[in-house]
Amino acid sequence: MKRHLISAADLTRDDALLVLDTAEELAQVADRSIKKLPTLRGRTVVNLFFEDSTRTRISFEAAAKRLSADVINFSVKGSSVSKGESLKDTALTLEAMGADGVVIRHSASGAPHRLANWVRGSVINAGDGTHEHPTQALLDAFTMRRRLGDLAGRKVTIVGDVLHSRVARSNVLLLHTLGADVTLVAPPTLLPVAVDTWPCSVSYDLDAVLPKSDVVMMLRVQRERMNAAYFPTVREYSRRYGLDADRVARLADHAIVMHPGPMNRGVEIAAEVADSPRSTIVEQVANGVSARMAVLYLLLGGSEPAIGKEVSH
Amino acid sequence: MNAASRPVQPAEARDAERDAGHKAVLEAPDIRRALTRIAHEILERTKGGADVVLLGIQTRGVTLARRLAARLEEVEGRPVPWGSLDVTMYRDDLRMRPARALGRTDLPPEGVDDRIVVLVDDVLFSGRTVRAALDALNDLGRPRAVQLAILVDRGHRELPIRADYVGKNLPTSMRETVRVLLAENDERDAVLLGPAAPGDTRGGAPDGEASHSDRKSAQ
Repeated sequence: MKRHLISAADLTRDDALLVLDTAEELAQVADRSIKKLPTLRGRTVVNLFFEDSTRTRISFEAAAKRLSADVINFSVKGSSVSKGESLKDTALTLEAMGADGVVIRHSASGAPHRLANWVRGSVINAGDGTHEHPTQALLDAFTMRRRLGDLAGRKVTIVGDVLHSRVARSNVLLLHTLGADVTLVAPPTLLPVAVDTWPCSVSYDLDAVLPKSDVVMMLRVQRERMNAAYFPTVREYSRRYGLDADRVARLADHAIVMHPGPMNRGVEIAAEVADSPRSTIVEQVANGVSARMAVLYLLLGGSEPAIGKEVSH
Repeated sequence: MNAASRPVQPAEARDAERDAGHKAVLEAPDIRRALTRIAHEILERTKGGADVVLLGIQTRGVTLARRLAARLEEVEGRPVPWGSLDVTMYRDDLRMRPARALGRTDLPPEGVDDRIVVLVDDVLFSGRTVRAALDALNDLGRPRAVQLAILVDRGHRELPIRADYVGKNLPTSMRETVRVLLAENDERDAVLLGPAAPGDTRGGAPDGEASHSDRKSAQ
């Protein structure tokens, strides 16, 4: 059976916990002098990046290499895509090379789902348009669990540009699966139309939500995806929805501050907050490798994938 | 050194059912005596066990390593470092089954470099788990020597591996299963010998003992 990780909703609660437990064990490998396991020897993982990314691509590459997989990095610059090759033809090329796993980042929502119908290997969504970014949600949940323990009943507040954020969508789905209570905070213009169908609550008032939060996750203001005015000025946005030292002082003592990166310091998060001990931003990067190792191992390590979902044609 | 072995679903009802048709070849006192003897042999062979590190192979090997460490401490009057080793990622049959949950690898703070590592497991069968453990150890450091302590040696080796310390040699047929129960994992101590579980069709191609006792059957 061929299974993929395209949406955070592809993971049942048991799947998600298995990924987090596996990541916990694999995190130890980073502390060893030989940071390598032989598990995926002879398997090929293709990193297919149609959109700029530093941390996600490097994180997937490090994860696959620590598991001894052969890694082929494919970025659009310098490839035949810039000559007009279609996604399908690129997929067929990968197919001919015998990729066991394909990690895809694409600016079009749904591209990984299409790809899953064209290749024999497992597809892992590394971010598609404004749709989903499930491994980011896994590494976020992993980071929360390491800092706070079990996530059931925890209050997670996600603040900012939810409309353009695949990170927010994947986090809402995964955290709901894991039993956390998610509240989205954003200006009305930066919330998707169908947000009332998401398994979370919505607020427009950051200051009212902060004292009750165990986790505050700040989202990047994605100016590259904004071709209309979603808020009057950056300063006004920052004043109403930015996380500064005054707001952090109102958080509970144990509460943590997260950001998926890259940050706009001074817009959604103040520099002093980003560098404070509450901030998990650097941990999130390290945890990303462990979480992605877990996903690669569980999808590609055995006779058949242990997690994920089949894709209908 | 809190190499806690994770509980592995000791479903009592299922166990009781499976115990039917199994006969106990070792009971709790036999296991106790075997471990005491192994502890003394380790001390004798390693001249007091000054450099010894015990590493139990998940899951029941960890329990046995913890018990052996306690006995060594009783005799020599000083603590003996012990830890756990999960060999899942190094198994040669990884691709024959769906990916499995991982156990914990926990080394004592002293590490394994230049120590005499005694690997501890419950059943020695094909030798493939021990081979995986040797590979795992290779990535964790460079011990001065590696030895193997085993509660039950049931024969049918497929690799040139032998145990240095054996609790009991138990001649078995390929069609039989050996299950080790330990109080910490299974609520009682015993070694059970039984017929192959229904549906087992492994015949002459064993895929090796696994760290989980359920897989110690000839599947």
